[in-house]
Amino acid sequence: MSYLLRRLALYAVAAWASITLAFVLPRLMPGDPQTAMFARFEGKMSPEGIAALRDTFGFSDAPLAAQYLTYLGNVATGDLGVSASHFPARVGDVIGAGLVWTLWLTGVAVVLAYAIGTALGVLVAWQRGGWLDAIAPPLLALVGAFPFFWLAMLLLLLFGFTLGWAPVRHAHAAGVEPGWTLAFAWSVVTHAALPALTIVVATVGSWLLDMRNTMIGVLGEDYVTLAHAKGLAPRRVMLRYAARNALLPNITSFGMALGFVLSGSLLTEMVFSYPGLGYLLIGAVRSLDYPLIQGLFLTITLAVLGANLLVDLVYVWLDPRARVRTEAP
Amino acid sequence: MTEPLLRVEELSVEYLTATGPVRVLDGVSFVVGRGEVFGLAGESGSGKTTVALAILRLLKAPAAITGGRVWFDGQELTALGDPAMRGVRGRRISLVTQSALDALNPVMPVGAQLGDAISAHHRVRARDRDARVAELLAGVGIDPGRARSYPHELSGGMRQRVVIAMALAQRPPLILMDEPTTALDVIVQRELLTEIARLQAELGFSILFITHDLALMLELCTHIGVLYAGRLAEVAPAQVIGARARHPYTQGLLGCFPDPRAPSLRLAGIPGAPPDPRHPPAGCRFHPRCDRRLPACSAEPPAPRVIAPGHEASCWLP
Amino acid sequence: MIALWRHRRARLGLGILGAFAVLAVVGPWLVGDPTAPVARPLSPPSWAHWLGTTGQGQDVLAQTICGARTSLAIGFVVGISQVAIGAVIGACAGVLRGWVDDVLSLLINVFLIMPGLPLMVIIAAYLPTGATTIALVLIVTGWAWSARVIRAQALAIAGKDFVAAARVAGEGRARIVLVEVLPNMTSLLVSACIGATIYAIGAEVALEFLGLGDVAAVTWGTNLYWATNDSALLTGAWWTFVPTGACVALVGFALALVNGAIDEVGNPRLRAEPVFEAAVRRAGRRGAVSTPVLREELP
Repeated sequence: MSYLLRRLALYAVAAWASITLAFVLPRLMPGDPQTAMFARFEGKMSPEGIAALRDTFGFSDAPLAAQYLTYLGNVATGDLGVSASHFPARVGDVIGAGLVWTLWLTGVAVVLAYAIGTALGVLVAWQRGGWLDAIAPPLLALVGAFPFFWLAMLLLLLFGFTLGWAPVRHAHAAGVEPGWTLAFAWSVVTHAALPALTIVVATVGSWLLDMRNTMIGVLGEDYVTLAHAKGLAPRRVMLRYAARNALLPNITSFGMALGFVLSGSLLTEMVFSYPGLGYLLIGAVRSLDYPLIQGLFLTITLAVLGANLLVDLVYVWLDPRARVRTEAP
Repeated sequence: MTEPLLRVEELSVEYLTATGPVRVLDGVSFVVGRGEVFGLAGESGSGKTTVALAILRLLKAPAAITGGRVWFDGQELTALGDPAMRGVRGRRISLVTQSALDALNPVMPVGAQLGDAISAHHRVRARDRDARVAELLAGVGIDPGRARSYPHELSGGMRQRVVIAMALAQRPPLILMDEPTTALDVIVQRELLTEIARLQAELGFSILFITHDLALMLELCTHIGVLYAGRLAEVAPAQVIGARARHPYTQGLLGCFPDPRAPSLRLAGIPGAPPDPRHPPAGCRFHPRCDRRLPACSAEPPAPRVIAPGHEASCWLP
Repeated sequence: MIALWRHRRARLGLGILGAFAVLAVVGPWLVGDPTAPVARPLSPPSWAHWLGTTGQGQDVLAQTICGARTSLAIGFVVGISQVAIGAVIGACAGVLRGWVDDVLSLLINVFLIMPGLPLMVIIAAYLPTGATTIALVLIVTGWAWSARVIRAQALAIAGKDFVAAARVAGEGRARIVLVEVLPNMTSLLVSACIGATIYAIGAEVALEFLGLGDVAAVTWGTNLYWATNDSALLTGAWWTFVPTGACVALVGFALALVNGAIDEVGNPRLRAEPVFEAAVRRAGRRGAVSTPVLREELP
């Protein structure tokens, strides 16, 4: 269990670091931070709004340490202040609505891309020197080089505007009442189709190449040779002996890449006006809604930490050795 | 003369690389009779492991068998397709590899890996399979309760026993053992060899025993072949090798270990290192390291010469 | 290096990179002022304006060419800086071990696990806009990737005999890191540099696309920012965003090709043996598992 404990300690430090960063940054702004920041909202917000903002960031006349403690208390209780652009909505409520959509879209797309890419990687490595192995790596390198949001724009233009196969924006049609109805579910699925396709296309190649390369390493191991020597069916050797072991380092890199993939999926949301965290983030940046930016930063970071914890649990479940060893290979 | 169990004829293996083919086995021939223990000796890199994997056709790309044939029990293995070859592996010929830590799948309980070996060729009911797993484990001296253990939870000696049990699963007539005791400490090594000898006597299978340890081989094997740089230097019954080895390389290997019965302790060893397989020396491949080389040695590779019935040496020395 | 040049895909990648480098240096003199309106806004490609015009009536070709300079400069500067920082921190962690390694590893892992984009956004949002800010943000948020691989390699090298010998000979720690360890991982450093540059170009374009850069400057990122701002998609004006994006993709592709080639040169197992494959195909002996028997078929 010490492996998990170490990982938990890492997540605790990372969470604390990001929370503290969000406190320090506004105080590091060049010039007089408070005036600079609040000057931007002058005229846009009521005096109550300004006061709420001040409150959000813990700016007060109290000493810095006291401000920090107040701020930590607020974050711990989930109080992220008031959004400037969605005033007077609370940041927590604004984010809560977006989080659901991001979890749905990113969750489905990332798992799908990982499953497809890893399965193909196993096959490509198994058919060494086959036609798939010859064309897949360079082709995927090309697609993998596309900026996420540019790929999103291309797909949107082609399948959305030109061919009209899928809806081009939002998470569901405006006329459909949200609820547990078939019509709503269909609307949600079709609206997620293009953004999810973007994420899958943009990331599937890296999972494929990653799995291919670890598989090739594992195929050289003695236990694979010995499995063949037992006379096992090739499929069984490929899946239970080779792929099962290649999955371990692969899962570790999956966890590390999650933050990167999520960043890409946030950009995708922006292109499709998909009302998730990414869409909120671009809105917040454009209207300089600092409380919302800060809240989104914390939420996204904590979400990634949580997802990593899940990956670790899967890892420990898959690798009997991780229960005794302290570090992943 | 009856057909031997395994007949390897002029076997050649090459690595087909972009910089040209590299021949790692060059015309190797030997036979293993029923119930015999044939020892294949040689330094690391001499091609011992390649022989075993070539018999099972399990060498990985870019290796290819580029010459010779392998006959097993009247069947030519080098002519078989993938499915037929799979039918031979494990059921007719099984393999025990060196370093048992890498030989077992680290994420699968050893019992399940044994079970795989049992049900690889035909359907077996789960209950029968588990019973056989327990029987096999007990047969190599392991508590059947350890079937649920993962490889990392077992000691090196126990892991090697599991691999041997796995090789016995289908009761094959031939087992290829590639350095089965190398990674173990001396006491465990001794126990394991006793165990192998006992099982062999009991079940009557043949063994192709591969090791760099000639002393161990003299004790265990009925026949011995000495491999040097991809070629067979000498083949003979074990007693003959021990008493009247002809090839200077075999003699050097014998000198590498002290004979406690000898009046004075002599540690000859062989100066120099085996050649690079990409650029083997012309003629006899051993001649640069040989202290008795003749002018012919560097000109022409010596053909195997019959010294006595069953004793052949590839050497120009009279 | 010679082995790399023999590699067909590496040659293609280096060729593309060279072309873009030339374009970035001399390009701006070949085309007119990219910010000047030259024709009706959003006119499609024509003989006068090969790639059409933007929503402000500017020439897209000129913008694409001029954008290369800033974007590539930021990409390479950030890539090299990230690896420089990563090399120092990674090598120190790997060589000194003990509590230094514990602290540095924790730092590396914390930076690795924090999602890049939100971190970049929150830092960039508080700093004055501009290329320097973007470069700074990218360096701060991205160095940990190279630090991680360099640390692993440094650990391996530090265990080797010649480093132990240097230690016994009383060489200083700084000297061991700089003279003994880092020069022995040149190909890893180059490969990390290329990886970091790919990342940096992509992230730079993304940040500017979000409007976090200087939107008045002409870079690949701001080109895309203006394209969406001017509703390129709604009006079907594909020419306003396709050329710039294709350039970003091509540069990334070229860098990835070179990196893949470096990997294959250093680790030949990753590449299938063409001679072997050809021989097996000629003999028609494509088996999934069994070693092929190629007797007469060989030339």
